[in-house]
Amino acid sequence: MASFTASPGQVPREALRDRLAKWVPILVLAPSLVASFVYVFVFSFWTLYISLSNSTLLPTYKFIGFENYASLWGNRRWGVAYTNLFVFSAFYVVLAMIIGLMLAILIDQKVRGESVWRTIFLYPLAVSFIVTGTVWGWLYNPGSGFQFLINSMGWTSFKFALTTDRNYAIYAIVATGIWQSSGFAMALFLAGLRSVDGDIVKAAQIDGASVFRTYRRVILPVIGPIFLAVAVVLLQFAIKTFDLAVALTNSGPGISTTFPATYVYDLMFQRGQIGEGAAAAMMILAALAVVLVPYALYLSWSRGKEAGHG
Amino acid sequence: MADATHDQSAASAARRYLLARVVIYGILSIFALVYIIPLLVVVANSFRELDEISQNGLIAFPKSFRLDAWPEAWSTYCIGGTCEGMHRYFWNSVRMVVPATIISTALGAVNGYVLSKWKFRGSEVLFTCMLLGVFMPGQIALLPWAFLLGKLGLANSVYGLILVHCIQGISFTTLFCRNYYVSIPDDLIKAARIDGAGFWRIFRRIILPISPPILIVTVIWQFTGIWNEYLFGVVLNSGQQQPITAALVALSTNGTNVRVYDVMSAAVLIGALPPLLVYFFGGKYFVRGLTAGAIK
Repeated sequence: MASFTASPGQVPREALRDRLAKWVPILVLAPSLVASFVYVFVFSFWTLYISLSNSTLLPTYKFIGFENYASLWGNRRWGVAYTNLFVFSAFYVVLAMIIGLMLAILIDQKVRGESVWRTIFLYPLAVSFIVTGTVWGWLYNPGSGFQFLINSMGWTSFKFALTTDRNYAIYAIVATGIWQSSGFAMALFLAGLRSVDGDIVKAAQIDGASVFRTYRRVILPVIGPIFLAVAVVLLQFAIKTFDLAVALTNSGPGISTTFPATYVYDLMFQRGQIGEGAAAAMMILAALAVVLVPYALYLSWSRGKEAGHG
Repeated sequence: MADATHDQSAASAARRYLLARVVIYGILSIFALVYIIPLLVVVANSFRELDEISQNGLIAFPKSFRLDAWPEAWSTYCIGGTCEGMHRYFWNSVRMVVPATIISTALGAVNGYVLSKWKFRGSEVLFTCMLLGVFMPGQIALLPWAFLLGKLGLANSVYGLILVHCIQGISFTTLFCRNYYVSIPDDLIKAARIDGAGFWRIFRRIILPISPPILIVTVIWQFTGIWNEYLFGVVLNSGQQQPITAALVALSTNGTNVRVYDVMSAAVLIGALPPLLVYFFGGKYFVRGLTAGAIK
């Protein structure tokens, strides 16, 4: 930053102005920095501290160690919540990626009206999970949605009541989540496919490789990092799942579709156990860290490797 | 003879090509139907008569047409004891989303400018710290926000939500703008500095004129994200101060057994329309924001 220092020969008044000018960028950045710092660090430690205190309805700051965590992990409802999270994440991430990749490859076959297809597959992402969950809730409702349709078409014994069955309600959320997010996976995969060097694809085709083989052997390996990026983003969505579960099933029937995030809300604002609620919130943060920290390390490692070779 | 086999293989290749096309368009059409049907169902039901909906179900070809559900959803339908429809919550959301989007985008632009063109010692580390805000789960911030907004006298107000969304949004907007400005050649800035242009002058004359693409992406991202946000809206605000997402949940869990699907469909569409319009008109930028957001 050589230009920050005044060059010799300038009059002192300008040197002073230069010295002031040097602080402008930092002053401009400062409010955002302070706000972000408070938001990220102060808020996290605050919640961490509450999770270690005996707070119930209001925050108190009497330190009780890990009692809230012990009580949380001993709670049956928390067990339901994290089991649901695992089931949801597995189906949601894998199926959204498979559907997204398939749609991306199909669209990549020089289809007509590409932008129309893309617009249709992506629009759910512009709509809130609240809207999506509400509408799909109606469609799953046996008295008005799919079951009603099939029944009224003559198949009167047909049953399709996912959201009213505590063993299957979680799959209604899975299906709706996939509906909402596979377009997102498609957009990322499509951007990846388009970034592949056309020459290697041509070379493979000249060698007589079929379309299927070209994708499997040539194109998909090149976009490997995109698979990882999509998986990480979707996992992040899954861990934060809240709106969808509230709007679609409201954690029911019973407690069968409780998620960690909905349980945090319940503990903090319905049951007045903010200490335990904060402990559950810390577990969500920990889950995100388990996904994101290795990913960040991997990214900086692969960037370092690239730079080393370059 | 050779010609004949050539013709034959050409014909079979053509047949295979045709078959492949049929399969491709077939699969795409099936998925397109699955994606579009919920939207069509809601739109259709907002214009159907309730009697017809309860008789034929939600998924049926409309046989009646009336507009009454829309004004009812907008101004008279009862949500949680008040019979004023969605309009109050809709305007709450507008009053929240417009300032929050503008402020967070403006801050992101100058932050991105500093972090890409006026780097100082430690600026990269500070940038990484700001980025952590992108990944913070809202649940971690709930109690601190509730406490802080109470102290600031902003509890249960739209202004409180504006503050929350500005600070939460800074990390996204800074990331978007910084990554965009990094690709502007440094020589351009250096030349301007040698000519005596200062921090703000360079920003106004060089950076802003080339910023529209990234500013549009950022505005669309912030607008849809804040409009669709639910957690802070339902926790930090209550009753008549809630944004439209919270009102929609209150409406569909109203407790009454009779489901007025016609009015509820119109209400859902009122809540979904602003981001949908943004998406249909700015789709290209929306996708760009998504891909930029994912490669963070």
